[in-house]
Amino acid sequence: MAASASPPDTDLSASRFYNDPAKRSLIYQAGVLLMVALLAYYLISNTLANVERQSIATGFGFLEKEASFEIGESLVPYSAADTYARALWVGVLNTLKVSFIGIVLTVLLGTLVGIARLSTNWLVSRMAAVYIEVLQDIPVLLQLFFWYAFFYEMLPSPRQALNPIAGIFLSNRGLMMAVPASHPAWDFMGWALLAAVGLVWLLRRWARKRQARTGQGFPVFWSGVGLLLGLPLLVWLLWGAPTEMDVPHLAGFNFKGGIGISPEFAALLLGLVLYTAAFVAEIVRAGIQSVSKGQTEAAKSLGLRPGLVLNLVVLPQALRVIIPPLTSQMLNLTKNSSLAVAIGYPDFVSVANTTINQTGQAIEGVAMIMIVYLCFSLLTSAFMNWYNKKIALVER
Amino acid sequence: MLLRKLIALLVCALVLGLTGTLWAGTLDDVRAKGFVQVGVNGDLFGFGKPDAKGVWKGLDVDTGRAIATAIFGDPSKVKFIPLTAVTRFTALQSGEIDVLCRNATRTLGRETALGLNFAQPNYYDGQGFLIPKSLGVKSAKELDGAAVCVLPGTTTELNVADYFRSNGLKMKPVVIENTAELAKAFFAGRCDCLTSDASQLAGTRAVAPNPDDYIILPEIISKEPLAPAVRHGDDQWYDVVNMTVLALINAEELGITSQNVDEMLKSKDPKVQRFLGVSPGNGKALGLDEKFAYNIIKQVGNYGEIFERNVGKNTPLGIERGLNALWTDGGLMYSPPFK
Amino acid sequence: MTVHVIDPAAENLKPPATSVGVVGWMRANLFNGVFNSILTVLTLILLFQTLPPFIKWAFIDAHWLSGDACRGADGACWSVISNNLRFIVFGFYPHPEQWRPLLAMLLLVGLLFYSQNRSRWNKPLAWAWLVGLISMGILLKGGLLGLTAVESTQWGGLPLTLLLSVFGLTAAYPLGVVLALGRQSRMRVVQTLCVIYIELIRGVPLISLLFMSSVVFPLFLPEGVTLNKILRAQVAIILFTAAYIAEVVRGGLQAIPRGQYEAAESMGLNYWQTMRLVILPQALKIVIPPSVSILISAFKDTSLVVIIALFDLLKTTKSVLSDPQWMGFSAEAYIFVAVVYFVCCFFMSNYSRRLEKELDTSL
Repeated sequence: MAASASPPDTDLSASRFYNDPAKRSLIYQAGVLLMVALLAYYLISNTLANVERQSIATGFGFLEKEASFEIGESLVPYSAADTYARALWVGVLNTLKVSFIGIVLTVLLGTLVGIARLSTNWLVSRMAAVYIEVLQDIPVLLQLFFWYAFFYEMLPSPRQALNPIAGIFLSNRGLMMAVPASHPAWDFMGWALLAAVGLVWLLRRWARKRQARTGQGFPVFWSGVGLLLGLPLLVWLLWGAPTEMDVPHLAGFNFKGGIGISPEFAALLLGLVLYTAAFVAEIVRAGIQSVSKGQTEAAKSLGLRPGLVLNLVVLPQALRVIIPPLTSQMLNLTKNSSLAVAIGYPDFVSVANTTINQTGQAIEGVAMIMIVYLCFSLLTSAFMNWYNKKIALVER
Repeated sequence: MLLRKLIALLVCALVLGLTGTLWAGTLDDVRAKGFVQVGVNGDLFGFGKPDAKGVWKGLDVDTGRAIATAIFGDPSKVKFIPLTAVTRFTALQSGEIDVLCRNATRTLGRETALGLNFAQPNYYDGQGFLIPKSLGVKSAKELDGAAVCVLPGTTTELNVADYFRSNGLKMKPVVIENTAELAKAFFAGRCDCLTSDASQLAGTRAVAPNPDDYIILPEIISKEPLAPAVRHGDDQWYDVVNMTVLALINAEELGITSQNVDEMLKSKDPKVQRFLGVSPGNGKALGLDEKFAYNIIKQVGNYGEIFERNVGKNTPLGIERGLNALWTDGGLMYSPPFK
Repeated sequence: MTVHVIDPAAENLKPPATSVGVVGWMRANLFNGVFNSILTVLTLILLFQTLPPFIKWAFIDAHWLSGDACRGADGACWSVISNNLRFIVFGFYPHPEQWRPLLAMLLLVGLLFYSQNRSRWNKPLAWAWLVGLISMGILLKGGLLGLTAVESTQWGGLPLTLLLSVFGLTAAYPLGVVLALGRQSRMRVVQTLCVIYIELIRGVPLISLLFMSSVVFPLFLPEGVTLNKILRAQVAIILFTAAYIAEVVRGGLQAIPRGQYEAAESMGLNYWQTMRLVILPQALKIVIPPSVSILISAFKDTSLVVIIALFDLLKTTKSVLSDPQWMGFSAEAYIFVAVVYFVCCFFMSNYSRRLEKELDTSL
């Protein structure tokens, strides 16, 4: 070894530089850095040479060109005459749409199943267990294919659409629903709802402060519900209570009017929610079980009502356990939404894929996919970290 | 310790075994490998699809066989690699395949930005619409508001958007990245019409549960010269591929078929003699065997035979020669002289 | 102290009939309260509405073998599976050679079952695994020992799914451990690089890596060098899985008390000796159960290679479904594939749970 090789009469202070851990570590780090740099150089130079040799176009100039392909569904106006940049933006919005709705539904369903799993009712708890076990163990892509096939193979064509409730049509073109016909009242009701949300928030702050000051509680929940429902209702009545509905009707090939959910979107949402909810249910169950029984009993013995026990004692502690894994499940759902490309929902990956193919610029396309998802991931974790800190503080 | 060394060895062997070798020119590389790697469709009846026994059949497949025959004198020295519309050009760029015979349309963008060279088209196509009869639509102009099934990342996707836009119609695209699954969605009624190259539509219709329930609309909305493609910058290989397709056409022009090719060897016609390598020169110029054309025609057949065998009137597709007839019969198939 | 007065008569009294046996169990578990009783009844009604028709569809009215009788029949058409089983399971692998992937799979299953018991984990078993994995590779690829070579482009079906996940995890594990060590390292450069890698990979979907492997990766290689599609996908899966393994292993490393590091250091062990002899053996033991979960997700995630047109189990099934003769039987085919995946994952997750319990008591 190195120690035996050094002559015995060497002065310790003059020992070789590699015997100094700090210097050695510097050398190691420089070595690693050099290796990574070499690897990067190797890959980049190869890529440049290949691109040069095959005269493949490079750069992001294509973003300004006309996309000239149509996109099935879009939250913003889009036509084939728009640019690639706009097409990709449509894709981003579609991804956000399915992820946001998916996350909300997943949390609701997952919580429900998680609580059902803990139910004292044997049957309910078993059913929840079966749900969790089965859906966790089947690849989400397979589930997506299954639901997509279900939508377009099992459901009838638009002309024989199922009509379970007046105004709702179910066919292999998706779910069409009647919506209120456009009327200024609806816009103002939206504003009223927004105002109500703000008021509830203020009310809650005030109620907290009052409770902290005087010890008197205030029924924030019920008054909040009242505000949220009452204010828009009031506006609606003030505008003469319009009741006209925009009912979907067959015109030409498809339904016109109303709003529709395409089979692709429905299959994607259903598959993602059912799959992820199975994981969320396990997280919720573990979270609730992590709160020891003593806590509940202690709270009860203080005379708190069951609702308050849950709200003030169990949930704040359980959430602390639940939030971190829940965050990663939300991220998983967002990332899994990229499987949309397999069933033809125009999410970001799907649009980027088409773009890659029409322009032949694979490097730029794949880089964009990665950057966009990294942004989603970072934003979601940033938000959840903030929320996590917030509850951690409330607990103290 | 031995365990670790073994693992290291194994990794090395894996990496060596699975990476290819450096290539000089594609032709030399193909010769060294002993086979041609041809990218094909895999799902398209009549052009490239394995039958129930796993034997590849189709017009593009036979074109690939002809290329193998030109080089090796043996149509079996070929490996077919099924590719999706999205992966086809990358497979060619990366050297995973030597030539792409996958009903790819020759366009300016693909010749330039994608770095490809297209050879002589082996099929002149045009884009059309397949619809269920029950819709009662007689013309593509009546398709306003229709849900249109289309393959993503293809020229057809752009054409159909252009067509609807220029006619002031609205459409709702349904995109599925696989020919067969797209057809499945169409038959299940997910969309009102399926748009693709007319030849593909004929193929799709032929495999429908009830072919008579579907019709192809009369409008042809685009030009689709489908041609084999190779990488930019290897002229020798491009010549081999290009001349192989042209040889198929030339043979039909000269009236040489797989049946009479042996008799034709005795022909006094100098054009036939040069073509079949009786009077040498052509083969050497291309870097191939002098008898390359003879081998192709003997073992694969001329263009007319390939066409009739795979997509012609007596197949389920039942496609007329139309644009793909010889120029002498009013078509576009025209071969330069082989001299 | 309380004094228990035992009444001999009470001793012989049986508990009321309503608290033991079936009735008692039902009272305790199904009808303990109004709310629960309503729930039970509702659930029973739901089950009664769905289960009998499903059983009738799936078993009683089902067609098992005949292909033609399926059209227009009420029941399930399992013939779509039975008539195409060989293609679904083995893909394009040449017919007369299909015993080879079958044997390889049996070998894998046998090894897995044998390795279930932790008491059998020793050096010979590691050797057996190495030999087993190599022979599986040889069986699939051929070209040796008189076996005809089979191109990897012809591999498909279940063997491909297993290959991608098993080899993926095997290769990703060492990489993951190195990354985890790097992330825990005191060297800032190494740590930063590892953090960037791990977070980058965990932040993007697997499909973007698969796209990269299929369309960008070829451009990374020098002119003339190509890797085949399966290997490229395998590399993508390895790089992806390694990042997740790194996070799991990091959890294990953090769970090892500081004292262990200090004790090792005070014994004069250097970094690698500390890690190899003291820390990793303990840390890796802790992380066995979460590693099995990663194996499960890797196994499920291999289904994503459908999107880059590799013929894994899911893709061969879809391929059968697009055959006009079998169009419209998606439900049956997908249920079959789901059952295959479920059985595999269920065994693995059960095993991981059992291990967790075993390891719990031994710690």
